[in-house]
Amino acid sequence: MVQTEAFVMLSAVLFILGAMGVLLRRNAILLFMSVELMLNAANLALVAFAKQWNQAEGHLFVFFVMAVAAAEVAIGLALIVAIFRTKQSINIDEMHKMEG
Amino acid sequence: MPEVSSAISLSTVVLFLPLVGMIVLLFMREQTQGEYIKWTALGFSLGTFAASILLWLSFNAAEPGMQFTQRLDWIPSAGISFAIGVDGVSILLIVLTAFMTPLAIISSFRVHVLHERGREKLYFMFMLLLEFAMLGVFMAQDLFMFYIFWEITLVPMYFLIGIWGSEQRIYAAVKFFLYTMAGSILMLLAILYVGINAQTFVIPEILAKLQSGALVFPYDGLFSVQGALFLGFFIAFAIKVPVWPFHSWLPDAHVQAPTAGSVILAGVLLKLGTYGLVRFCLPFFPQAAIGWAPIVATLAVIGIIYGAWVSYAQTDVKKLVAYSSVSHMGFVVLGIFALNAQGIQGGILQMVNHGISTGGLFLLVGMLYERRHTKALNAFGGIWKVLPVFGGLSLVITLSSMGLPGMNGFVGEFTILLGTFGSKQLGFFFALFATLGVILAAVYMLHMFQKVFMGEVVSEENKNLEGLHWQELAVLIPIVIVIFWIGLAPGAFFGSMDASVNQVVQTVGAAASTVVAP
Amino acid sequence: MESYPQLVTLIVFIPLIGMTINLFFGSRLGERWSGILGSGAALLSFSVAILLYVYLRNSGYAAAVVNPPFFDGWIRIGSAGVEIPWQMRVDTLSVTMMLVVTGVGSLIHIYSMGYMHGDARFSRFFTYLNLFLVFMLILVTGNNFLMMFVGWEGVGLCSFLLIGFWFDKANGVGWRNSLAARKAMVANRVGDFGLLMAIFLIFWTFGTLDYYRPGEIASVHWVEAQAAGGEHGAEGAAPAEGEAHTAEAVAPAEAVAPAEGEAHTAEAAAPAEAVAPAEGEAHTTEAVAPAEGEAAAAEGHSAPAEPVYLNNDHILTEQLGVFGQAERMLEEKREVDFGPFSLPIETVIVLITLFMLLGAAGKSAQIPLFVWLPDAMAGPTPVSALIHAATMVTAGVYMMVRSNVFYYEAPFTSLVVTLIGASTALMAGYIAIGQWDIKRVLAYSTISQLGFMVAAVGVGAYGAAMFHLVTHAFFKALLFLGSGSVIHGMEHGHHSVSHHGHGHDDHGGHDEHHEEAPFDPQDMRNMGGLRKKMPITFITYLIGTLALAGIFPFAGFWSKDEILADSWLAGLTNNNVGGYIAFGMLLVAAAFTAFYMWRQMEMVFFNGPRTEAADHAHESPLTMTIPLMALGALSLLGGFFNTPANVLGLDRIFGAHIFTSFLQPTVLHAHAGEFQPVIAIGALSLAIAAIFLARSIYGKGKSVTEHNSDPLAERAETGMIWRVANARLYWDETYFRLFENPFNKISVFLADTLDWRFWHDYVHNNVIAKGFNAIGGLLSKPVDLGIIDGTVNGVGALARWTSGKMRRSQTGYVRTYAVTLMLGVVLVIVILLLPMLQR
Repeated sequence: MVQTEAFVMLSAVLFILGAMGVLLRRNAILLFMSVELMLNAANLALVAFAKQWNQAEGHLFVFFVMAVAAAEVAIGLALIVAIFRTKQSINIDEMHKMEG
Repeated sequence: MPEVSSAISLSTVVLFLPLVGMIVLLFMREQTQGEYIKWTALGFSLGTFAASILLWLSFNAAEPGMQFTQRLDWIPSAGISFAIGVDGVSILLIVLTAFMTPLAIISSFRVHVLHERGREKLYFMFMLLLEFAMLGVFMAQDLFMFYIFWEITLVPMYFLIGIWGSEQRIYAAVKFFLYTMAGSILMLLAILYVGINAQTFVIPEILAKLQSGALVFPYDGLFSVQGALFLGFFIAFAIKVPVWPFHSWLPDAHVQAPTAGSVILAGVLLKLGTYGLVRFCLPFFPQAAIGWAPIVATLAVIGIIYGAWVSYAQTDVKKLVAYSSVSHMGFVVLGIFALNAQGIQGGILQMVNHGISTGGLFLLVGMLYERRHTKALNAFGGIWKVLPVFGGLSLVITLSSMGLPGMNGFVGEFTILLGTFGSKQLGFFFALFATLGVILAAVYMLHMFQKVFMGEVVSEENKNLEGLHWQELAVLIPIVIVIFWIGLAPGAFFGSMDASVNQVVQTVGAAASTVVAP
Repeated sequence: MESYPQLVTLIVFIPLIGMTINLFFGSRLGERWSGILGSGAALLSFSVAILLYVYLRNSGYAAAVVNPPFFDGWIRIGSAGVEIPWQMRVDTLSVTMMLVVTGVGSLIHIYSMGYMHGDARFSRFFTYLNLFLVFMLILVTGNNFLMMFVGWEGVGLCSFLLIGFWFDKANGVGWRNSLAARKAMVANRVGDFGLLMAIFLIFWTFGTLDYYRPGEIASVHWVEAQAAGGEHGAEGAAPAEGEAHTAEAVAPAEAVAPAEGEAHTAEAAAPAEAVAPAEGEAHTTEAVAPAEGEAAAAEGHSAPAEPVYLNNDHILTEQLGVFGQAERMLEEKREVDFGPFSLPIETVIVLITLFMLLGAAGKSAQIPLFVWLPDAMAGPTPVSALIHAATMVTAGVYMMVRSNVFYYEAPFTSLVVTLIGASTALMAGYIAIGQWDIKRVLAYSTISQLGFMVAAVGVGAYGAAMFHLVTHAFFKALLFLGSGSVIHGMEHGHHSVSHHGHGHDDHGGHDEHHEEAPFDPQDMRNMGGLRKKMPITFITYLIGTLALAGIFPFAGFWSKDEILADSWLAGLTNNNVGGYIAFGMLLVAAAFTAFYMWRQMEMVFFNGPRTEAADHAHESPLTMTIPLMALGALSLLGGFFNTPANVLGLDRIFGAHIFTSFLQPTVLHAHAGEFQPVIAIGALSLAIAAIFLARSIYGKGKSVTEHNSDPLAERAETGMIWRVANARLYWDETYFRLFENPFNKISVFLADTLDWRFWHDYVHNNVIAKGFNAIGGLLSKPVDLGIIDGTVNGVGALARWTSGKMRRSQTGYVRTYAVTLMLGVVLVIVILLLPMLQR
């Protein structure tokens, strides 16, 4: 069998890539893609461990995550569309109106 | 001793009648019932007077303790109750209060200032409230009640001076109020201390505890516990009397007050202080009283001479009489602190006498003021010829104030001086200097009489003064009658006081043996 | 007869009722009835006094103590044992005074009807006169010192009212009258202060103020003498009653003599009037039996079964009156406890008598309080006669004679009394020489004669003092009333002159009738020659003058001589140096008296009129002259009721020392001195010489010089002396500088500077009020605003600063938030994994 560690490693790498993407990307859509990547990395880790320990809760939770990710993307993309309508740009560095 | 009686005693009737009158007046309308207001006020005050006479007649002179008591528990946890009663010390003052108030009310009927400034209803309400408060002070048998009534007397007087007074009335009213209240605060402290230590505020109970030794105020010096308590009460009373040098509020208050206000102020309010001395300072703190007696007596003698001497230089008639009050009350305080029966009885009698004579003097001044709208001594002269009856009555009242034998002032002054002379704490020299005051009294009183009534009529306005109205006669004649009654046959007065004063003297006398240091 | 003493209450009440009626209805009654009412009241009182005298004579001079009806005590403090009642005393001394007061008083009332005619306040005058009688009678009938004090101050009041009677006269005269009235009352009050102190001392020493209690014998010596002497020839004792008295069997000396002498007091009745001629009995047992007058039969009352007492030994000390207690305490040499210290009884009595002397100095116008009497002449003349000559001023002497027990036992005070009396007599006599006003001369003369009486008391001649009091009342009242008649005449003369407008006077020769015409009808320089214009006045005035000057056989001779003799004897027998001093000074004063009186006679009655007014003067109406004549008769004959023994056989007619004998039952130490012919003749010659001297200086038209001045003033050697006398020895000026002015200045200082500006304004307004406000200001601005508000605001400012700093962290950049998020996650993971890493 493939070792669980490999999956976790993969999950970690994916997570880090996603995190880097969140931190470094300027495009909002790409930001969301990075966030998706992070979520999926978490999903992977969940499945791997669920398989290892033979528990159904892990699999169950993955479904929760996917549902939440879908909802979140839906809302987020809707927000981005709304923002694009006003700012004609989705460069996140230009959206800092709520500063203190 | 105080019984919790369910029936209403005569003293309660006397006390609350003026209050009831005030409430009745409250519901009357000034516009529609204007005339009735003053007659209603008069009616209630006369009713109070009649009730007080009944009280006096039913009074048992042989009984030294409290009579006609009434008591209701008020704040039992603190030992405060509504307790009133009458004894030999207070009966005469109660009758005096009930006597002077109708006179003051009648004298206000035709007074110009009331027409000018209006608010008659309020005026008469204040008079009745004042009477209620004064009677309350004299009757109170609970320290708290005493304090409450004491403070209540300030309020109507403040307004009487402040609304219907002369040019500087606000200043005088405020000064009167603040000065008196400042002293009262010290008294409040002392009352609290006494009440808390005795676990009751009811006076006969406190006295009983002092007698039995259950309650002791240690005395080892003028400023020991007992001495300090004595001072707390004394300063409040001293300001009220007024004892020199706490007298500065009096000339202002008198000069600025309306006639009736002055009459009540001089006639009764000043006596609240001296009454307090006899009721509290002596029985509660006898050793302190003995210790402080020479000092207090010195102040009193200074007051006698100072008041008379300053009176002589005055150019305003009301101020002259005001300072004469300082002098007369000096006699009273001296008599009280002679700490013997003659002195105290003379003092109480002189309280009554002063109320009558000086009240009479202020009525006279008021009558002159109504005619000429001035109080300057130099504005008059030769009035006796223009108003012979007025002059004659004024002569009688002036002589009474001066202490001519055959009239009331002499009996009081003589008894006081007799007591002072024989007092163990005072003695020869106090009597000597106080008797000098008798000479000075003649000087300033005759000076006033001469300047107003004798000589030629110089000023034109004086030549056509209006004669005496029947209402003015109605206030002067009773005063003259009482002057001669007390002067010639004071037996009833002395008799009423004897038992109760004797008790006070015994208390002080018993304490004298325990006072080591003078 | 036994109830006669009760009448003494009436003697006070009758004038009181008269006064009240006159007070309320006087103007309606009109002059005539007002005057009749007043005089009638006085006369009624006089008749009561006579009845009381008769009672005394018939009851053996038993003193009676009477409680007036309707009064139950006066000052009573039961718990302290103070009992001072309204109680009256009928004894020989008080009856003497009553007779004098009401007798002379009635005459003066009648005189006033004429003198005050036309005055706007006529009835008020009689009101005051009656009021005076009330008070004076209270003074003399009181049985305790406080009643005396009531009368004492009361007569002072009447003095004020009557001196200031014309208080409304124009041109400031009315004001000056009022000032004189006030001066009288204030000076009297200073004396009253002394009497009050004495009363206090008496009360605290003896526990009472009563002179004698009922049942007490006033004059034990007299009673014992009566008992001892009266035994043979006894006619059956007839103990008399008086009120509450123990009787005593004293037999009368002679069947002829009206037998009385009962009880413990007796006196030789001294009739003051022609009504009751002198009789009585000597207190020695020889049968000098004056048998004239009424045949007062020996009243034989049936003897009660009461015990007979000759002295007071049976009475406890506490139940005695003041004088009885004093004697006991002196015998027992007790000490009086005054609290911190105690004094022997002698010292206490000295103190008492000294204070009383102060009182007497005020009332009886002695040094240093006499200054009110000359000014008192501003009042109407009847007032001067009644009050300031006959009665009120004698109150001081009466008091001292009543207290003779005290004065006898206080030799120090008696010396002081003597010196004061004698020097007053001398000084006043001197001043009188320099006065122009007819009444002022008499005023100073009164002061001088009072000095005689006071000096007599001082040397222990109580009987002589009272004798002179009575005779002085006669002739001084006469002189004053006479001067009133003169003034009356002068005023009428002036009136008629200015009305008819002819002639010019030296003063005020205006034709119109100014009020301010400076014509003084009382100035003797304007008089002269009135002998012819006013004969009755002249004759009576002459009698009065001779009596006053002490010329035989007028009244003054006897009384003045007795004083001189007694002073000399006091010096001689008792080694009383005061007696000698008094004798010397009084002798000189007597010479002065004769001199200034004759000077007055010359100026007023002899020589020719010096002004038109004097020329037009005429005699006064009958209501005025009849009292003059009555008093004239008294001044002529009055001395005979106290003639000394063995003088010209007079005692065979009148009895020897009847008056003194009359006093003896009451006045313990009254004694009849021996007649000293040398002194009598010496004094008489001195007086006559003085009269001749006066005549030589002032007679034969030389009364007033061309410069309108006194002849003495113009002579070099007497000029200064006379001017000082005229300036009244500068007493008033000195008093003004010493007392009045400083008093006024201090008064103003105390009132304005000390009490008002300093105490009232500065201390109360500036120090206390402003101080209070300053503290309030301090508390409100720096403390309240500064600290408290500052703190509260500071907190807010801090919050704001912090938030200002903190808000920087809200950048608005998503990436910042993301980084923060990551870092936070890393931190949390590290912390969570920390334990694992540590392993």
